Amino acid sequence: MIEISDLTVRFGGVTPIDGVSLRFPGGTCGLIGPNGAGKTTLFNVLSGFVSPTSGSVRAFGDDLLAMPHYRRARWGLRRTFQTEQAIEALSVFDNVAMVHEHTGGRRSRRRREVLDAIGLVGLEVDPGELVGTLGARERRLVEIARAVVGEPRVVLLDEPAAGLPEEETEHLGRMIRRIPGERGALVVLVDHDMSLVSACCEITAVLDFGHLIASGPTPEVLRDERVRRAYLGTEEEL
Amino acid sequence: MGAPPSSDGSRAPARPLPGAGVERRTVAEGAGVAVFLALALFGVPALRNGYWELVLQTSAIYTIVALSLALLLGRVGMISLGQVALLAIGGWIALRLGFATTMPFLVVVFVTGLITGVLGTLIGLPALRLSGLHLALITLMFAAAITLLLEATQFPNGGGGFLGHSVLTTAPSVLHRPGFASDDAAYYRLVVVATGLMFLLVVAHVRSRAGRAWAAIRQSEAAALAAGVNVTLYKLWALALASFMTGVAGGLLAASGGGLTVYQFPTQNSIILLAVVLMGGIFSLWGPVVAGLLFEALPALLRTWGLPADLLTILFGLGVLQVQLTAAAGLASQVPRDLARLARLLGGAMGRRRGQELPG
Ligand SMILES: Nc1ncnc2c1ncn2[C@@H]1O[C@H](COP(=O)(O)OP(=O)(O)OP(=O)(O)O)[C@@H](O)[C@H]1O
Ligand SMILES: [Mg+2]
Repeated sequence: MIEISDLTVRFGGVTPIDGVSLRFPGGTCGLIGPNGAGKTTLFNVLSGFVSPTSGSVRAFGDDLLAMPHYRRARWGLRRTFQTEQAIEALSVFDNVAMVHEHTGGRRSRRRREVLDAIGLVGLEVDPGELVGTLGARERRLVEIARAVVGEPRVVLLDEPAAGLPEEETEHLGRMIRRIPGERGALVVLVDHDMSLVSACCEITAVLDFGHLIASGPTPEVLRDERVRRAYLGTEEEL
Repeated sequence: MGAPPSSDGSRAPARPLPGAGVERRTVAEGAGVAVFLALALFGVPALRNGYWELVLQTSAIYTIVALSLALLLGRVGMISLGQVALLAIGGWIALRLGFATTMPFLVVVFVTGLITGVLGTLIGLPALRLSGLHLALITLMFAAAITLLLEATQFPNGGGGFLGHSVLTTAPSVLHRPGFASDDAAYYRLVVVATGLMFLLVVAHVRSRAGRAWAAIRQSEAAALAAGVNVTLYKLWALALASFMTGVAGGLLAASGGGLTVYQFPTQNSIILLAVVLMGGIFSLWGPVVAGLLFEALPALLRTWGLPADLLTILFGLGVLQVQLTAAAGLASQVPRDLARLARLLGGAMGRRRGQELPG
C-alpha cells in the first residue's frame, strides 16, 4: 500500500502537484489525467528524482522520501520511463541482470530469475541480443522486465502503451494484470489509453493541473462529471 | 485473469547464452589479439632498430593513457582533459618514490598507480556534479595548473627535500629500471606486457557489475538510479581506475628514455590526446592502440620524412572531423567493418557461383 499525504511539488512558479492526498491499496492501480496533469512528476517524487516542497509518502509502512534515490530500487521500488530507457549497449539478459545485481538479488538465482522476468513480459528474442538492435516494442518489454525482476514491491509504469498498435496493447494489458499475482507487487499504471486502464485497474485516481479530482473504482471514476470536464477539449476519449 | 501460474522459470527460452555468433566473434578477436601481441613482443625487437623501438615503447605507454580516457569517455560518458597532466603527476610520484625508497621497480610503478588513483579521484570529486563541457573545462584548467606547477618544481632528480629536485646537478630525472629489464629491448617488452595487463583490467571491469552500471550511467543517469545503481560511487570508481592506469603509465614513462622533462607535458597535449582517442574510437578496445600510435608514432614518421610537426595538428583536426562525420565509432571499428563488408562481397560472389553448380 502507498499512502501519499498532502504532497506539493513546486518548480519555480509552476506547481505540478498541489496538495495531493492519495492511497494506492494494492493490485494494479490507475493514475490518469490530461497532459501536464502531474502524473510523471508524481512518479519522479516516488523515485526520488524530484524532492517535494511538502508532504509525505509511506509505502508498506516505510517512509519512502527518507531513502536515498538509488536505495529505493533495492527496497523494491521499480519504474519504467515515459521515454523508454532500456540500456542499448547491453544485451537483453544484462539489462535485466544489472537491475537484479544492484537490487540485492542473489547471485545463485540470477540466471533463473532474469530469464523468468524475460519470460513473464513475453519477450521472444535471444537474451544475448543487444538492446540497441531491437525494435521499439521489444525495448519497452525489456524495460518492463527490468522493473519486475527479483523482488519488486512497487512497479510504476509510465505510459507503457504509448505508440503501440491496438493488438499489442491487449497483450500488454494481459501481461500487466499478471504482475501483482506473480511478483507480489503493487502496480501503478499511468496511461492515456482508457481501454488499457479499464482492463487492468480496479481502482483509478485522476489528476488535473496538480489536483486530485477523483479516485475510486475505475468505471465510476470514468463516468465522473468532473473527470469528463477535465478531459473536455482534449483529444482523448474516456 | 486466467494466466497460468508459473514461477519455476519453465517459460524461459531454451536458447544458449550468449548467442553462438558472439562466441565465433570472440575466437576471431582472441586470435587477432594473440597475433598483435606476438608481433609487438617479438617482431619489433627483432628489427633491431633502437629508434623505432623507443617510439613504439612510448606509443604503448600513451596507449595506456588513451585507454583510460576512452574508458571514461566511451564507457561512462565523462570527458577528461586532464589525463596528460595526471600522467605527468604519475611520472613525478614514481621518480620521487624511486629516489627516496629502495622499493623494487614494479612496486614503485604499482604504488604510483595507487597514489595517482587517489589523487585523480580527489580532483574529480568536485567535478562529479558537472558534466559535458563543464567537466572538460575544469579538467583542462587543472591540466594547465599542473603544467605551471611542474615548471616551478621540475621533476625529482635525486635532490633533497619534498620536491627532490636539485639545480646543482645535471642528473636526469630518470627512474632506475629493474634488473631483469635493464636493456632497451627487455624494457620495451616489459612495457608491452604492462600495457596488456591494463587492457585485461579494463576488460575485466567492463564485463562485470561495474561495466554494466557504467553502460547504464552513460545512457541515462535516471535509468541507472532507477535500477539501483549508486551513480556517484561508480563514477568515482571509473575515475579511480582511469587515474590508476594513467599513474602506472607515468611510472613506466619515467624509466623509458633519457628521463622526464616538463616540456614533455604541454597543456595542449591533453587536447591532442582527446583528438587521437576520438579518431581511434572510444568503443572498441583497439581504439586506444590506434590512438597511441597516432599520438607517438605518426609524429616520429613525419620527423623521419622531414615534414613540419604543425602538419599534425591539421591532420588530427581533419581526422576527428572525418571520423565524426562518417564513422562515429572511430577508425578501429571502421577498418574491420570495411574488411567484413569486403569479405561478405567476395563470399557472396563465390557463394552465388557455387550455388549455380548445385542441382536445383
Ligand atoms: N523539471 C521540471 N521543471 C519545471 N517544470 C516541470 C518539470 N517537470 C515537469 N514540469 C511541469 O510540470 C507539469 C506536470 O508535468 P508532468 O510531466 O508531471 O505531466 P504528465 O501528467 O506526466 O503529462 P503527460 O501526460 O504529458 O506525460 C507540466 O506543466 C510540466 O511542464
Ligand atoms: Mg508524463
